[in-house]
Amino acid sequence: MNPGSEPQRAAAACYHCGLPVTEPGRWRARILGAQRDLCCAGCEAVASTIVAGGFEQYYETREATARTPIPEALAPSALYDDPAAQKQFAAAGDGFLEATLILDRIRCAACLWLNERTLREIPGVLRADINYATQRAQVAWDPRRTKLSAIIEAIRAIGYDAWPFDPQRQTALDRDTRRAALWRLFVAGFGAMQVMMYAFPAYVDEGAGDLSGGDASLMRWASLVLTVPVVLFSCGPFFSGAWRELARLRPGMDTPIAIGIAAGFLASTWATVTGQGEVYFDSIAMLVFLLLGARYLELAARQRAATALDRLARWQPSAALRLADAADAGSAESVPAHALVAGDPVLVPAGERVPADGVVERGASSVDESLLTGEPVPLAKEPGGELVAGTLNLEQPLVMRVVRAGAQTRAAAIARLVERGSAAKPRLVEAADRIAHGLTWVVLAVAALAGLNSGNPWIAIAVLVATCPCALALAAPVALANTAARLLGRGVALTRSSALETLAKATDVVLDKTGTLTAGRFAIARLQLLGRAGEGRCRALAAALEASSRHPLARAFRDESPSPAARVPVEELVNFPGHGMEATAGGRRVRIGTEAFCRELAGAPPPNTLRDAALTPVFLADDGGWLAVFQLEDTPRPEAGEVVAALRDSGLRVHLLSGDHPAAVGSLAGRLGIADWTGGASPQDKYAYVEALQRAGRTVVMVGDGLNDAPVLARADASIAMGSGADAAQAQADCVLLAQDGEARLAAAADCFGLARRAMRIVKQNFGWALAYNAVALPLAAMGWIGPLEAAIGMAASSFIVVLNAMRAA
Amino acid sequence: MESLWILIPLSVAAVFAIGWIFWRSLHGGQFDDLERPGTDVLSDDQ
Repeated sequence: MNPGSEPQRAAAACYHCGLPVTEPGRWRARILGAQRDLCCAGCEAVASTIVAGGFEQYYETREATARTPIPEALAPSALYDDPAAQKQFAAAGDGFLEATLILDRIRCAACLWLNERTLREIPGVLRADINYATQRAQVAWDPRRTKLSAIIEAIRAIGYDAWPFDPQRQTALDRDTRRAALWRLFVAGFGAMQVMMYAFPAYVDEGAGDLSGGDASLMRWASLVLTVPVVLFSCGPFFSGAWRELARLRPGMDTPIAIGIAAGFLASTWATVTGQGEVYFDSIAMLVFLLLGARYLELAARQRAATALDRLARWQPSAALRLADAADAGSAESVPAHALVAGDPVLVPAGERVPADGVVERGASSVDESLLTGEPVPLAKEPGGELVAGTLNLEQPLVMRVVRAGAQTRAAAIARLVERGSAAKPRLVEAADRIAHGLTWVVLAVAALAGLNSGNPWIAIAVLVATCPCALALAAPVALANTAARLLGRGVALTRSSALETLAKATDVVLDKTGTLTAGRFAIARLQLLGRAGEGRCRALAAALEASSRHPLARAFRDESPSPAARVPVEELVNFPGHGMEATAGGRRVRIGTEAFCRELAGAPPPNTLRDAALTPVFLADDGGWLAVFQLEDTPRPEAGEVVAALRDSGLRVHLLSGDHPAAVGSLAGRLGIADWTGGASPQDKYAYVEALQRAGRTVVMVGDGLNDAPVLARADASIAMGSGADAAQAQADCVLLAQDGEARLAAAADCFGLARRAMRIVKQNFGWALAYNAVALPLAAMGWIGPLEAAIGMAASSFIVVLNAMRAA
Repeated sequence: MESLWILIPLSVAAVFAIGWIFWRSLHGGQFDDLERPGTDVLSDDQ
């Protein structure tokens, strides 16, 4: 941090989160020896907590400003204290409970330090460790001295969020896989290094005769001893893979590698025991090390991507509040969500996810179904209204009657449809396997023929080693793993590396509107005055009424909140979920919300108002009559235009497909310069549209976010899902644009295509090189012109060239 | 070059010993997170 720029920055931007300070002097905190201006009460509370805890150092070491606290959006943490719910994620030890927490809103290493210190300061917390790579905290606490909700509240008090991580999601399994792979890699690498040292004297001495037979034999025996663990242990995956391939009579990549290693090892062992012929333990160990290195890189990249996905996948509730007596909300007991059966009465508190499909029995609220529909406008729910599992109850507690639970829910049914749709995907690895498949038979046949023809088994082994298609095996995985890591760095998680092939040859991109090109962020497009009040007064009233509302439309009014002087004081603010807000201002009752809701107050129907299907109207009235109608518009993401232009520039045809009203879709398409657009499309229409494009010979990439997009995402040749969207859509997508600051970066979508093309170009170069090398080496080795040493050098050099070329992909 | 008859077996034993040490540290969790400890030195814990 540059100290010289400090005073200027402090004057303009909030010291804690970096947002503009609109009211200098109103919120302040003493940080690092100076009074710092802050933007809001939330930042003030968080900053004071950090300073009071003695963690001021955070502000010195952080590399990015913190995120603005949004306390009202957090779910109540008390649910996590329930013993039944805790069984799902916490492990009980001797006098303590232990759980993994996923930390959210982390920006840099200083954030982790702050969180770790804060956790350790809580009385009753026995242990707290945060892993940088996975951004997870391992916390052990004494349940008699503290509660998990207290731990989570402590993290929220410093402006972050945390929630328990379900260990069934195989953290332990991932860790063991990684450790086993690293251990195999170490054995192969360390073995290769040492064996090469033993092999060196023999190479140097070649023909000079300074190395006595006894010494040479000693070196060979030492090499043998160190190659045994490399072949027997580190090569395990190759041998088991080859065994599976041979059992299906379909030799792939692993078969030639396994045969080459096994044959080379056995021949070298025979040569060591009999004291005659060449050994190439060094080549074998090095080959194994290089192959395992590539596989480890791929594994690490994949696990990292999976971890990032885990963070996004917390919408599925694991616990539900079942009522013993449907009429008594106090009789709720916490049960696992999968234990619910049809007919159970369930309490859904405000701010919680609906645990099963059902019908509202009591209460009124609005429910955010954006997970299923991608549409951000919450729907009003009253008794008799349908609730869908996984959607978010926003305003008031609801009592529902379960209709379908567990695997029968609508979300689960869509997930199954998606599974079916994903079976017929093209796979890059399959293409490589086909080549290896053909090549394997050629190599095996040539090796056998050459061996029989010459009567010299060494020639057969030279063929196997020299033409062992390991360069072919390395050609794809390293380039793919590097590309995946590069994409992740740009905010794209690649969940299937085979999708790169499709992305590289894509001809058409189909974009969804809501949640993809727009972020559900509404702005006032037009204001029409209906009464005597002026424009400034109407805007100020609307801002005051919507100041505390959680409704997404309310944000449009807050975003242009008036200057402090124009602020209107309101009293008796009441929220009518699904309808609007009511309050008293200047002695008059004022309402903002739907037309019907405001009409109750205004009396008459509103005068002729402008009707534009592309816009969402919000009315404002008082007991004297109508005041105004605001036309709100879902604004496109700021980068949308750039992304569409970039996609078009890279030679792709861009389509816009949306379930929204055609007028709204058309106006957005016009603004972004998209010629092919369709509005009012149902999920079936979208599916058919993509299918029709594919029948016309186009390669289609779909970019979407809602659960209803999931079948289309699976149908498209490749798919990109928004990280802030539905879990099932992400699970099915080939790429997920990760959320940053709660919003997925659409700009990263354009990067996918360029990087995929580059990766495929490199993979093709590698394939070309590997095949050319094999085409030259095969006849030479078969004729006996290549000795074992040349074969090993040629193979290693060819592998190295391929790996180095693949490194360019990152 | 008689010394080789001591040194080579010794080096083989050393390889296995180092392998065992690595195995210990691997399963002790030392390689589970390769980034965090590097940033730890930047913050002085009292």
